[in-house]
Amino acid sequence: MSEKEKNISRRDFLKTSGIATGTLIGGGLIGGIIGYGMPKTTKVPDKKTEKTNHNLTSPKGRMFFTKDRDFNILSQATERIFPKDDIGPGAIELGVPYFIDNQLAGNYGSNAREYMQGPFFVGAPTQGYQSSQTRADAYTQGVSMLEKEAQSRYKKSFVDLDGEQMDAILTSFEKGEVKMNGLPSDFFFRMLRAATLQGAYADPIYSGNNNMDGWRMKNFPGNQMSYLNVIDSKEFQKIDPQSLANMEH
Amino acid sequence: MARTMEKVDVVTVGVGWTGGIVAAECTKAGLKVVGLERGQERGTTDFLHIHDEYRYAIRYELMQNVAKETVTFQNTRKMKALPMRQMGSFLLGEGLGGAGTHWNGWTYRFLPYDFEIKTLTEKKYGKNKVPKDYLLQDWGLTYDDLEPYYDKFEKTAGISGENKNPYGGKRSSEYPTPPMVKTPILERFEKATQKMGMKPYMLPAATISTTYTNPDGSKINGCQYCGYCERFGCEYGAKASPEVTVVPTALKTGNYDLRFNANVVEILKQGNKVTGVKYIDTLSLEEIIQPADAVVLTSYVLNNAKLLMVSKIGEQYDPDTGRGTLGKNYCYQLNAGSTGFFDEQMNVFMGAGALGMTLDDWNGDNFDHSDVNFIHGSGIWITQSGNRPIAKNPVTPDVPSWGPEFKKASIYNFTRTLYVGGQGATMPYKENYMSLDDTYKDAYGLPLLRLTYNFTEQDRNLFKFSNDKTEEIMKEMGAKTVVPENVIEEYDIVPYQTTHNTGGTIMGVDRDKSVVNTYLQHWDADNLFVVGAGNFNHNSGYNPTGTVGALAYRCADGIIKYSKSGGSLV
Ligand SMILES: Cc1cc2nc3c(=O)[nH]c(=O)nc-3n(C[C@H](O)[C@H](O)[C@H](O)COP(=O)(O)OP(=O)(O)OC[C@H]3O[C@@H](n4cnc5c(N)ncnc54)[C@H](O)[C@@H]3O)c2cc1C
Ligand code: SF4
Repeated sequence: MSEKEKNISRRDFLKTSGIATGTLIGGGLIGGIIGYGMPKTTKVPDKKTEKTNHNLTSPKGRMFFTKDRDFNILSQATERIFPKDDIGPGAIELGVPYFIDNQLAGNYGSNAREYMQGPFFVGAPTQGYQSSQTRADAYTQGVSMLEKEAQSRYKKSFVDLDGEQMDAILTSFEKGEVKMNGLPSDFFFRMLRAATLQGAYADPIYSGNNNMDGWRMKNFPGNQMSYLNVIDSKEFQKIDPQSLANMEH
Repeated sequence: MARTMEKVDVVTVGVGWTGGIVAAECTKAGLKVVGLERGQERGTTDFLHIHDEYRYAIRYELMQNVAKETVTFQNTRKMKALPMRQMGSFLLGEGLGGAGTHWNGWTYRFLPYDFEIKTLTEKKYGKNKVPKDYLLQDWGLTYDDLEPYYDKFEKTAGISGENKNPYGGKRSSEYPTPPMVKTPILERFEKATQKMGMKPYMLPAATISTTYTNPDGSKINGCQYCGYCERFGCEYGAKASPEVTVVPTALKTGNYDLRFNANVVEILKQGNKVTGVKYIDTLSLEEIIQPADAVVLTSYVLNNAKLLMVSKIGEQYDPDTGRGTLGKNYCYQLNAGSTGFFDEQMNVFMGAGALGMTLDDWNGDNFDHSDVNFIHGSGIWITQSGNRPIAKNPVTPDVPSWGPEFKKASIYNFTRTLYVGGQGATMPYKENYMSLDDTYKDAYGLPLLRLTYNFTEQDRNLFKFSNDKTEEIMKEMGAKTVVPENVIEEYDIVPYQTTHNTGGTIMGVDRDKSVVNTYLQHWDADNLFVVGAGNFNHNSGYNPTGTVGALAYRCADGIIKYSKSGGSLV
């Protein structure tokens, strides 16, 4: 029997334990089943991922940016923040620009779960974000300001700059030195930096973290059902990562 | 015109730990209880796909929708208070279970010192130890008065722990379940701190070590150390939370009616009694009146205070005159700590919310304060609660925060850093309080609650002291580089710190100095009860929920007594 067959899958585990079917309340198979079939140490070293239909039938696509130029500027900026190196892929290869684009088309972009009522005032830094602009507004403006800075400093498009020039512009944003309309540039930069890391490390179901390579670089195993059998281990556990997508069949 | 429902014995506003405990006890005693909850129903079966850091830990899916309601904030009265537009400093609960669904499960008792802090501090250090702008006061009951209720809450939640803390108050029984697994990371902390002469013990945990059936017959499963705990619901029913304990207990009596999408906007009062509450169905926007013999505010620290303010019950605290008690003694907590960078990789991505060790050598009045310029202290802790890759990108201060060096270092350090924290007490201060905002409104037209809050001199001194302790411990643990937290200056509402807000509806024996009595019964209406960490007169160096749970059991006792005899319980 292969290592994999011996281990009950997450779905089977949840089904048998009654959680998936909702029979848990007042019941409790789980106590007996915990620990069953789970390896003492899990070592699946290679890069293989479970193929799901999703990869085949749902390619990445853009939902927010309409102009290629804007999407490419965003892509280059994220790659400067999280570049490809000898450890592994950078933001572009991980799909981070698609992650950000897709998020901007949803609740994240429209600040749907945030307080957006006026009046609006410039506050102290300790009072947090106070602009009337949504993230969608902020990215649209931010990306066009990156381009404007490139043109005015180097007479070139942002995407045609060399890395150091891009970094110089991003650093000015980071320091709050670029004048944006109704929004501090350091705020835009912080948001971009945070979203880049989110796209690198969120579950691949969000279109970033391609092939779970963000997780692989960090030795993070993603969505595992239990560490009960290895929690007391003195050795570092290298575990092949699992995505939530593996639960969708 | 509002529609009026049939009168019930008890209505609770909100269904988290406090609302759930009150419901369980009152329904068991035969009272008819309605639980009004502005959020949705949810439970274990909703958490099957919960191992999603982005959705739950970063975008706060299980928490309060601040598009509808938030607070405004200013550091001082001289500023203009502005809305907290995005959640940050604290994460508010919403939906069945409240914050108890996605809490971490550290379940402490406060020290005997906490309940008599003013008396004991003055006795030992004299009347001038604490400047007069710090509004220190005793709580009106002692640790021993509360002990049976602590015991009850711990048994309901099946808390895992070991009775090895020499500084704790007397316990009437052992922890209901044995401590969690002592992992190599915890052993490292234990060894170092013992060598330094401190007394570490396993952190009392609501992420319980083994399957357990509580006295009400609810079953809590053994924790799987899955690493997605704080900010997540537990897919195994292994984290003690209201929806796997007190809520099913109340439901099985047949006396409990739970209503969701029910946002309470007013406590109705006539003369010296309340008659019920008015709520809005958040889907249809219909106004509905729920009459009740007793109203219990269980809507967390902030909304408990806000509902009293908008309903004009009690006197608003005024920092100029010192008059009024409502909104007074708002406190928070300090987060000292040190990150240690190591060479070897450790299993930091595994763990549970409350898998940890802790010590009280520098907490409360467990050490001599004669020569320090603060009182109280911090609980010092280490946990292995499951580091996740979006939130955890540790780098030393010499590394930039983005670009190639950052990427390399943050990836390398992810499995090679540990953190020792110090959870610092805060003392009430004249200028730190809650009131209603005069500009901003919630989705139902009510003013937002306004927080006026800043760190104090006492806070800065205590913080520094605790930070140093964590640094010494981390060095002893063998880290090659130790980076302590930056010193605190102004309180900043942006970065997450802790959801341990306290005060505003303080308890006591003197109606001029408290909002509720020691049964959490309102001084101005004896059929109105207000329970939660809002009852704390100051905040201790521990997480609040052990004490909140104990107070909720005490409150339930009070409500049941009141339902029989009426009148003031004190
Ligand atoms: C991320 C996180 C980690 C935590 N970890 C710990 C820990 O390890 N240890 C610890 O001791 N504490 C911890 N806490 C704190 C703990 O969760 C709270 O102390 C506890 O849950 C408070 O219970 P409560 O019943 O007072 O309030 P809540 O759980 O907040 O419940 C209040 C309920 O009232 C509802 N409500 C509010 N207003 C209205 C209204 N107007 N109408 C109708 N319903 C309303 C809300 O929707 C909510 O469901 C943590 C909190 C968070 C957020
Ligand atoms: S760590 Fe334990 S208690 Fe927490 S969510 Fe995972 S299984 Fe549940």
